[in-house]
Amino acid sequence: MHSIPGRRLIMGLFLIFLLLPIYWLVNMSFKTNSEIVSTMTLWPHTPTLQHYKRIFTDESWYSGYINSLEYVVLNTIISIAVALPAAYAFSRYRFLGDKHLFFWLLSNRMAPAAVYALPFFNLYSAIGLFDTPWAVALAHCIFNVPLAVWILEGFVSGVPREIDETAFLDGYSFPRFFIKILVPLIASGIGVAAFFCFMFSWVELLLARTLTSVQAKPIAAIMTRTVSAAGMDWGLLAAAGVLTIIPGALVIWFVRNYIARGFALGRV
Amino acid sequence: MDKTVNQKAWFLVLPVFLVVAFSAVLPLMTVVNYSMQDTFGNNQFFWNGVGWFKELLDPSTDLGGRFLASLGRNLFFSLAILAIEVPLGIVVALSMPREGWTVAACLVVLALPLLIPWNVVGTIWQIFGRPDIGLLGYVLNAMGFDYNYVSNDVDAWVTVIVMDVWHWTSLVALLCYAGLKSIPEAYYQAAQIDGASRWAVFKAIQLPKMNRVLLIAVLLRFMDSFMIYTEPFVVTGGGPGNSTTFVSIELVKIALGQFDLGKAAALSLVYNLIILIVCWIFYTVMTNAGVERKVQAESEPAVEPKPSAALKPVPALKPREGVA
Repeated sequence: MHSIPGRRLIMGLFLIFLLLPIYWLVNMSFKTNSEIVSTMTLWPHTPTLQHYKRIFTDESWYSGYINSLEYVVLNTIISIAVALPAAYAFSRYRFLGDKHLFFWLLSNRMAPAAVYALPFFNLYSAIGLFDTPWAVALAHCIFNVPLAVWILEGFVSGVPREIDETAFLDGYSFPRFFIKILVPLIASGIGVAAFFCFMFSWVELLLARTLTSVQAKPIAAIMTRTVSAAGMDWGLLAAAGVLTIIPGALVIWFVRNYIARGFALGRV
Repeated sequence: MDKTVNQKAWFLVLPVFLVVAFSAVLPLMTVVNYSMQDTFGNNQFFWNGVGWFKELLDPSTDLGGRFLASLGRNLFFSLAILAIEVPLGIVVALSMPREGWTVAACLVVLALPLLIPWNVVGTIWQIFGRPDIGLLGYVLNAMGFDYNYVSNDVDAWVTVIVMDVWHWTSLVALLCYAGLKSIPEAYYQAAQIDGASRWAVFKAIQLPKMNRVLLIAVLLRFMDSFMIYTEPFVVTGGGPGNSTTFVSIELVKIALGQFDLGKAAALSLVYNLIILIVCWIFYTVMTNAGVERKVQAESEPAVEPKPSAALKPVPALKPREGVA
């Protein structure tokens, strides 16, 4: 009754469709460049780790991963920290301009990064943050903060209001109530929101590339540069691509039980 | 549950307000400033009034022609991927296994494309589709199709659309799955007792329950496809010719490529305005749907089946796999 006829077949085909391009990338990352270009092989016949070795030993490559992780983590922390109290306010209180503010926030989640690339470049150059992880972390706030508010608001609304009232009657001050009672209650929601901030900051390239040049260059930008400069080092490109997938896959594994609810933004 | 009016809540919202205002309002002011001026380099600016906007909306000029053409392409792209991803996402959500380790496995695989950096998504498809070293391009050419996304418009479009379906259908599917999970078991049992067909169950129970999440899915997918940049840029670079140049690609070309600040700023503002309007329409529909649901729930609480009461006396109904 729940599901449809032939569901195993549909699911199987769809999963193959999802995995096949990824498999091809992984497959290529273990091939030598001559094997890639000269023959069409379904698996590496002369498997090699040379591409991975190059990435892990060459600082200009592996520093890209560190830079990326740096601004992603910074951004996640900032986003969650400012979004938590706001989510509580939107969920519990009515105040002047609340609906307009909520819509304004939401509209920033939808704003195209291409519009902001140039003004951000000017802004962060002017305040001396250009080419630091802070620039990218702050720039990514424009879409991650609204998203975090949106998700957390859904989760806070799921906590019965009686709990707040009881806590205040018991003499809890607001900050203490917030940290001791509310945050543990919506811990899974915070996890989900952090996951989404991580995800959207990790996958974004346009702003990250525009706001960095040397010191804080993200791995994604290093990849694009190498393609144009070195011409056709397909194996290295594939290996770098595979390594960018791994952090995401790890994060998914930790939040897999909350994924479905998280994607509905705490609103099911 | 009514919210209490409390103006002090503004203090809680203030940090968010400051952070987003810093990142959104300040840069936007620069854009407005640029959009009214012309520059010949050296930081010399000249007042140009609404000149750029006039040019932008006039298809006979170079700028206007490029903007309107890319806008048209982008709208077509957004509608095409919505038409594929929404039904496909629903079907995939309905095909999810019910329980056991396969659920977690499917969820992880489904979510995987969502966490790949966008340029790597582009790279994956760039490689996958190449006739010489990519599996897809190789197989298609071996089957007799003259497939080459670099030189053929149609092939480039198909590649970009299939890539987006690959990348984002999971989002729709996961949202729908979350909606489906929230349906109490008793609904299905009631439907079975009534002898409802599979299609009737979908139309009367599952689709209404997915309404809200589907709206979120359509909103997110429309917006994100409307500002798509990285993936098609990596795969086709906007070509062949201009055939897959979407609005963001055009904008970055003008802003960071030609450094035509005035034109780029005018384009940015119009682009942002379109997004704002669409966003507002969705938001209104969404809040109205929320209000309607609340009213409905309050007016007919007796109709809501009590899962605990309905579940207990019918353990015999459990093995219903064969019926489905």
